[in-house]
Amino acid sequence: MTQSRTIPRALLLVAAAAVAAITLLAGNGAFAQGGEEEGEAFSGTLRFEGAPVAGVRIVAADAAGRPVGEAVSDAEGRWRIPLPGPGTWRATIVAETLPEGVTLRDPERATLEVMVSAGRARPLIFALGERATAGPTIWERLAQATFNGVKFGLIIAMCAIGLSLIFGLTGLINFAHGELVTLGAVAAWAFNAGTPGLPLLAAGAIAILIAGAVGGGVEFGLLRPLRARRLGQFQFMVVTIGLSLLARHVMLLFFGPDRQRFTDFALQSEWTLGPFAVTPRDLTIMVLSAAALAAVALFLQRARAGKAIRAVSDNPALAESSGIDVDRVILLVWIAGAALAAIGGVFFGSVEAIDYLMGWRLLLLMFAAVVLGGLGTAYGAMAGGLLIGVVTEVSTVWASPEIKAVFALGVLVLALLIRPQGLLGQRERVG
Amino acid sequence: MEFDVIFGNAARAGLGPTAAIFALAAVGLNLHFGYGGLLNFGQVGFMMLGAYGAAVVVATWGGSLWLGIPFGLALCVVFALALGAPTLRLRSDYFAITTIAAAEILRLLIRSSPATDVTGGPFGLQTIANSFYALNFLPDGRHGLGTFSFSSNQLWVMLVAWVLVLLCSALVLALIRSPWGRVLRAIREDEDAVRSIGKNVVAYKLQALVIGGVIGGLAGVVEALQQSGVGSENFEPQVTFFAWAALILGGMATTAGPVVGAILFWFLREGVESFIRELSTQSWLPDLLADFLDGSEGAISVTFMGVGLIALMALRPQGILGRGRDLHLGT
Repeated sequence: MTQSRTIPRALLLVAAAAVAAITLLAGNGAFAQGGEEEGEAFSGTLRFEGAPVAGVRIVAADAAGRPVGEAVSDAEGRWRIPLPGPGTWRATIVAETLPEGVTLRDPERATLEVMVSAGRARPLIFALGERATAGPTIWERLAQATFNGVKFGLIIAMCAIGLSLIFGLTGLINFAHGELVTLGAVAAWAFNAGTPGLPLLAAGAIAILIAGAVGGGVEFGLLRPLRARRLGQFQFMVVTIGLSLLARHVMLLFFGPDRQRFTDFALQSEWTLGPFAVTPRDLTIMVLSAAALAAVALFLQRARAGKAIRAVSDNPALAESSGIDVDRVILLVWIAGAALAAIGGVFFGSVEAIDYLMGWRLLLLMFAAVVLGGLGTAYGAMAGGLLIGVVTEVSTVWASPEIKAVFALGVLVLALLIRPQGLLGQRERVG
Repeated sequence: MEFDVIFGNAARAGLGPTAAIFALAAVGLNLHFGYGGLLNFGQVGFMMLGAYGAAVVVATWGGSLWLGIPFGLALCVVFALALGAPTLRLRSDYFAITTIAAAEILRLLIRSSPATDVTGGPFGLQTIANSFYALNFLPDGRHGLGTFSFSSNQLWVMLVAWVLVLLCSALVLALIRSPWGRVLRAIREDEDAVRSIGKNVVAYKLQALVIGGVIGGLAGVVEALQQSGVGSENFEPQVTFFAWAALILGGMATTAGPVVGAILFWFLREGVESFIRELSTQSWLPDLLADFLDGSEGAISVTFMGVGLIALMALRPQGILGRGRDLHLGT
């Protein structure tokens, strides 16, 4: 999966900065050049302090290390290696062929391993230059990781509220909830980067409406009739697995297997706020997420419908006998939960990237958040989401980022051993 | 349209080694959920341990495959105990989430760069099954008709795999008919009642988890033999869902259900893919549609699978061979 190939954030920033620099300086930089010719290939432009670097040898190999091609950078620093086909390939820059005084910024990244999809030229960046010396102290890194964790935690929490409330109301583990997140991001991308070309705010609003309608439609058109047939809990779980497979692959058909980005707010320079570095976009997202969570909490506490949700979640039979329309409450939660998941998807897609598997990958983290906080409660999902976000990001200070999800799931297993009812769950029998 | 090609492809998938692998995984799940009420969504974790256990012994440590296979299965036992001991006391939905999480933790760890020296990380391990194919006594060349044909080595894997499926099905049948199996089925129907007559419910569930997990591990071993290698991308959570789909299609809590389900599942899946591949080459098709279909047969067949699962739950939730009275058990 692409997530496990995530490179450290610092490197990502360096890479992003390099891309920006290359595109700005060269005009027809690595990206522009990539799409010109047909067929799978690696391509790129080597630059050192703004000047092209020529005569550097780069070797491409398959996953087992057998060479499949090589190239030498030309006078503009450009190089291109055609590949035998789509798949996972490695490219190694031969350090000995670098000119005097030019070094790789990170010697460990002399070999890059990447997936190349059919017919695409994959731009690669070998960053040349001084290695960044005197990195941040452990405390600075911890502070920054915690901050990033809160950012992702807020998004996970927002995505997970619907999952938790639906479980609380109907006892259903919704395996298709991740696809609602993806749907939000993909729909927003289609209106933003596609032909309508709407600004992201408008595209996101449309995506949220679409996801809400889909969530409501699934409950009204599929699950409610099935509930009338008195299917077991397990059969409902299988239905959501079917829905998840269906939705994921329909989105694959129309969106494609590649990662995409929104056209707005893609590259921003960071602000420094005390010990934290944050882009204006991410800060806005954090504030908006926190506001959305506060609004949900306020709604559940104060609004009539919010109280009804809590009542049904507590005891459906009692709620129904006191005049609450349980079916309407469930429909409301499906619509609102799906809309929240879509907001999370748009935010997550802005912070990272959009691909058809993003929600599916988030689903396990949402499960962890929901169980950690206490299955069936909205506040539990919020607390659990924040905790999962912080744990995954802080783990990257010590451990490789490709296994950060392991820590989230590890916390989940640990929590089940110590406090199976979750952080905020009621002390009822769960075994 | 060359329907003989499509049918040949579908039949080859339905009887091929992959169907046997999923049949084994589903037989294990059947013991877990069909008879024991354990909602195991981490069957792929057992498959992964079986496959990687065997592969690591051969490719990394230079040992014999015949030591590697028992080593992989032993890992499955350890995994089942480590997973089950703390979580089997929990409600089944918690158990489901824990198992899916545990299997994914394993996969992420196996493919992480610190583990590369042992597991090959993202590259996996190759050429592990030479001593298995050395035992192949079948004649060389291709056997079969048209697209329904197999190489000698494929036939050898199929033979071993389907014999294992038969043996494991027979084992599960024997277990279920034994006094142990009666207790297990009683636990599925009413855990508290069994506890009240003094049976150690958790111990029975744990034993069922171990046995079904080892059968899942065998599925992984066959997969490693078939590919003569392992790769973490073959063990994504989706694999568990496909094994579940096979079991549900065939019918839970029946002996033949998981086997029939796996055969039918792969027959239909490859049938749809092959049909779409054929369709996309038809000249009467508008170019736009042909371009859309070309290369998307995998995604389209899984889309159909999703629709099929939903339809099955709506129309015949007990599957082909299942009984309606087993529907509300286990959850």
